[in-house]
Amino acid sequence: MRRQRWSLYTVLAFGYAFLYLPVLLLIVYSFNESRLVTVWSGFSLKWYGELLHNRQLLDAAWLSIRIAATNATFAVVLGTLAANALVRHGRFRGRTGFELLLTAPLVMPDVIIGLSLLLLFVALQQSVGWPGGRGFTTITVAHITFSLAYVAVVVRARLAQIDRSLEEAAMDLGAHPLTVYLRITLPLIAPALLSGWLLAFTLSLDDLVIASFVSGPGATTLPMVVYSSVRMGVSPQINALATIIVVFVAVAVAIAALTTRGLGSTRTGRRPTRD
Amino acid sequence: MASPFQNRPRPTRRASRLLNIGVPYLWLGLFLLLPVAIVLQISLAEPTAAQPPYAALWQWVEEGVLQIRLDFQSYRLLWSDSLYLASFLNSLQVALVCTLLCLLLGYPMAYAIATAPERWRLPLLMLIVLPFWTSFLIRVYAWIGILKTNGFLNNFLLWLGVIDEPLAILYTQTAVYIGIVYSYLPFMILPLYANLTRLDPTLLEAAADLGCRPLRAFLRVTLPLSRAGIVAGSMLVFIPAVGEFVIPDLLGGPQTLMVGRMLWTEFFSNMDWPLAAALALVLLGLLVVPFVLMQRWQQGALEDRP
Repeated sequence: MRRQRWSLYTVLAFGYAFLYLPVLLLIVYSFNESRLVTVWSGFSLKWYGELLHNRQLLDAAWLSIRIAATNATFAVVLGTLAANALVRHGRFRGRTGFELLLTAPLVMPDVIIGLSLLLLFVALQQSVGWPGGRGFTTITVAHITFSLAYVAVVVRARLAQIDRSLEEAAMDLGAHPLTVYLRITLPLIAPALLSGWLLAFTLSLDDLVIASFVSGPGATTLPMVVYSSVRMGVSPQINALATIIVVFVAVAVAIAALTTRGLGSTRTGRRPTRD
Repeated sequence: MASPFQNRPRPTRRASRLLNIGVPYLWLGLFLLLPVAIVLQISLAEPTAAQPPYAALWQWVEEGVLQIRLDFQSYRLLWSDSLYLASFLNSLQVALVCTLLCLLLGYPMAYAIATAPERWRLPLLMLIVLPFWTSFLIRVYAWIGILKTNGFLNNFLLWLGVIDEPLAILYTQTAVYIGIVYSYLPFMILPLYANLTRLDPTLLEAAADLGCRPLRAFLRVTLPLSRAGIVAGSMLVFIPAVGEFVIPDLLGGPQTLMVGRMLWTEFFSNMDWPLAAALALVLLGLLVVPFVLMQRWQQGALEDRP
């Protein structure tokens, strides 16, 4: 028994090494002075300096952040509505189709989503004159379409867990259903809304394929810039960028974990155990 | 499902229905379902040198006469040019191999986490999810530096003395396998973990009491009971892997034919939108069965929740 546990833990350790080693190497080599990424020639911050003067990359990053934030906000609203529908409306007509449409974006290959949305935008442009050029709007709409499915998964799980008796109590005391939803339900699912927002934000910030399809001239997102410089091979500036992203994500996840825990312990609305 | 919301005043309930069901439905219908219909339409159009590069499917020739021209040339080309068939077969092969590799590595990991002491489980699981939050593109890029001829892996193996000259791994199909397994491993582990933690440990105790050895108990009890998790994880890896573009493009060589990459080339380099649309539809058709499998599992998993 004991020997089996050890071999299990060995596989586990190997798995974690496999998952983390590549990113750790990127971080280490971002401080390397040499342009040859694999030869260590001394500590240097010069790639970070170059990164900060890379106008094209900074503009792209700013565009990506704006798209990601807009996308996340819309996706949280739509995803929460969809989660409400699935958890609170039982077996409504067309539920199977609804669930199918909500699952599809989770697995559908990016190339299909990207191509089909581009063809839609072209057709819409021809028939109704919207969206009037491709760029910020088209990328954001495309991102909302797949992000809302992820948000729905996160919010749905939380919504199914919360204690309904709190809502029932408020209702019995004569509160309007909308008031109950806003004052009782929303605070209870707030942690899920936060993680849903962050998830949608990162998904958007990360997308290369869909954005490449639905973008137009003049709208270049961060992944598009990264992709075009990475295709040429290894670039120390991208290593520096990777390090910044990893640090940023680590801080964000730590904050999210702490807030969720704080919210979770005080406000899950779970019945206190009586013993 | 009995909902306390059933005793809402009727108009409120109707408004809530309209908002919660109607709005997302409308959005997904417009931006997910309608586009697929348009892909079908464009795939039957004739490629032209115009902007956009396809001919209109229908036009009014004269008052009251509608002319519809369907062009099946794109589909004929897909079938007759062996390059496309080869790329479909290779995509399926790559996805299958990667799914099996993910299962081989992911199952013991999920099992180890699910059977670890309780306070360790959540942190261990967090460590699986964490890489998912950093840029996918950059994580794939990291492998270029590791796998290239004078990269980290080759230098390490040379230093160990395992090999005498650097291995050519980057820009081969092996690199694509590594990249896909690396990127999709968390998607295999999560459903497996969810499944394995729900397993009743008393079943294994009963097996042991009846004289069953641990390995046999695992094969006869744990493995069959975790089938749903295996199916879900496999589909979560297999489906996106078939249509993957970034990984074969950055890590694979020119001979690594995959549909996602083919579609990208037809669209961006050859400007053949009808052919790209036909490729997308055939790919979508291939993925319907695995998708339905996954959907079934998901519904089952959500319904057997207390």
